[in-house]
Amino acid sequence: MKRIRTASILFLLAVALACGFADLIAPNGYARQYRDAPEAACSRQHWLGTDDLGRDRFARLLYGTRVSLTLAPAAALLSTLLAALIGGSAGFAGGWFATLVMSATDLVLSLPWFFLLITVRALLPLNVDPRASVALTFALLGCLGWAGAARVICADARSLRSSDMILLARASGIPPIRLLMRHLLPNLKPVLYAQFWISIPVFILAEANLGMLGLGVAEPLPSWGSLLRELESFTTGGAGPWQFAPLILLVATISCFHLAFEKEDQWA
Amino acid sequence: MRRLVKHAVRLMITLLLGGFLSATLVRLAPGYGAGEEDLDSRLSGESHAALRQARGREESLPRYYLRYLERLMHGDLGESLGTHESVRQLLADRFPETFATVTAGLAFAWTLGLGLALLAVASRCAVMQSAANLAAAVVICIPAAVLALLFVMARAPGRLAVGVIVFPKLYQYARNLLGRSFALPHVLTARAKGLTSLRILVWHVLPVSARPLLALAGVSVCTAFAAAIPVEVVCDLPGIGQLAWKAALSRDLGLLVNLTMLVTLIALAANAAADLLGQPTRTERS
Repeated sequence: MKRIRTASILFLLAVALACGFADLIAPNGYARQYRDAPEAACSRQHWLGTDDLGRDRFARLLYGTRVSLTLAPAAALLSTLLAALIGGSAGFAGGWFATLVMSATDLVLSLPWFFLLITVRALLPLNVDPRASVALTFALLGCLGWAGAARVICADARSLRSSDMILLARASGIPPIRLLMRHLLPNLKPVLYAQFWISIPVFILAEANLGMLGLGVAEPLPSWGSLLRELESFTTGGAGPWQFAPLILLVATISCFHLAFEKEDQWA
Repeated sequence: MRRLVKHAVRLMITLLLGGFLSATLVRLAPGYGAGEEDLDSRLSGESHAALRQARGREESLPRYYLRYLERLMHGDLGESLGTHESVRQLLADRFPETFATVTAGLAFAWTLGLGLALLAVASRCAVMQSAANLAAAVVICIPAAVLALLFVMARAPGRLAVGVIVFPKLYQYARNLLGRSFALPHVLTARAKGLTSLRILVWHVLPVSARPLLALAGVSVCTAFAAAIPVEVVCDLPGIGQLAWKAALSRDLGLLVNLTMLVTLIALAANAAADLLGQPTRTERS
């Protein structure tokens, strides 16, 4: 298992490096059109061919992966921070406040998140800049994805609150802010890290689904969602197997996230 | 009884809060109350003002909300901006398709997920476990819309795509739950006494796992409805998922928030039913 985990982390690092140096690997960028070669097959010049607008698919894959791999962790960070704030404060305060906050969290959890996501996405202005659209899409994901993590964090904070260590700190007269910063938050770190890493693949998949439905990142900026839309041409024929490259990379990356950061099964 | 009241109150609060959120979104959305007549230069200022008043643009949010609730109580969900049809009629036309899709998908997901989990845990065969784990792990890494597209390419029934999307979560949860149940001391004792696998499963494992599985059934309804959006769009099934997508593209917020509220209420009702059915009986409690 340790070897698989190491291999997964190495793969993720390789993908991150390739995306980080996308400007060097594909210096012509993701938006340049080769108008004499639309829908070209794989060649030495275009490793994954070109799309229907003549844009290099390999360059778009690199830049799209960079967009998804940069902003999904940012969205995961935002949702984890929100979850820590909401769940942590509820767990730490306890009493009616915790009951109220957890009832609200349960209510948010029972909302069909994809319906909610497309509703909020539809509120965004039409004339939004592609860069702003990508930031807004992932910010939305981050803002809507906190509820599950908040429940876990609240349960952990509640058990910590009644632990001997915290009782002793309280009895010693430590002020609440210091108690929170010095004793509660450091002990919540493992669960916060776990929630952060678990959220990344969830947000990557959510963006891919939104992109496939035409509600994700605006053109010409590529993302995994917009790249996967090309698969629709398979149903009408005239598409090459290299169009599966974004899907293969996406599945490999998500699998590596699961293998590298999720804990092993307890029962096995 | 207490739980029933609790769930009823929760549904009521959701309805009121959801209604308020819906009214706020619709009222504050850019372009609310604007019409093609606003661009007509032949109309005078008074005519424009009269038109605006007729459309209720100058209403305050609380008044708008109260009017919205009043309409809601009478079963009037408003009109779709995109199609100019009654939202109630649209829901009545489209909901049966989604209901059939979700029901078929859930039936498929539960058969596949629970069946594979039982096989993986009860058989104790490493190859079987690895194969089932791998299938679930691969499916969970594929976006729902791509899975639906793969079904279209394979000319398989689109409704089953919902089942495949829900399956990995069901399988993983059921596998862990059954794994823990099979490792319980009384199950080990039963095994040591030489009871058959079927008898152990029916008499000793399923009664322990039934309640958490029932809770999972409630959650799976919400997941299936969420999966219905990409599946209905990609597979061209005329249900409320496809309607929600069209409403999102045409920025028909009134329709979208009504759809979201409907699915939320269904999900809450499913969770409440699972919770009420899964509570211990008086004999069990004593």
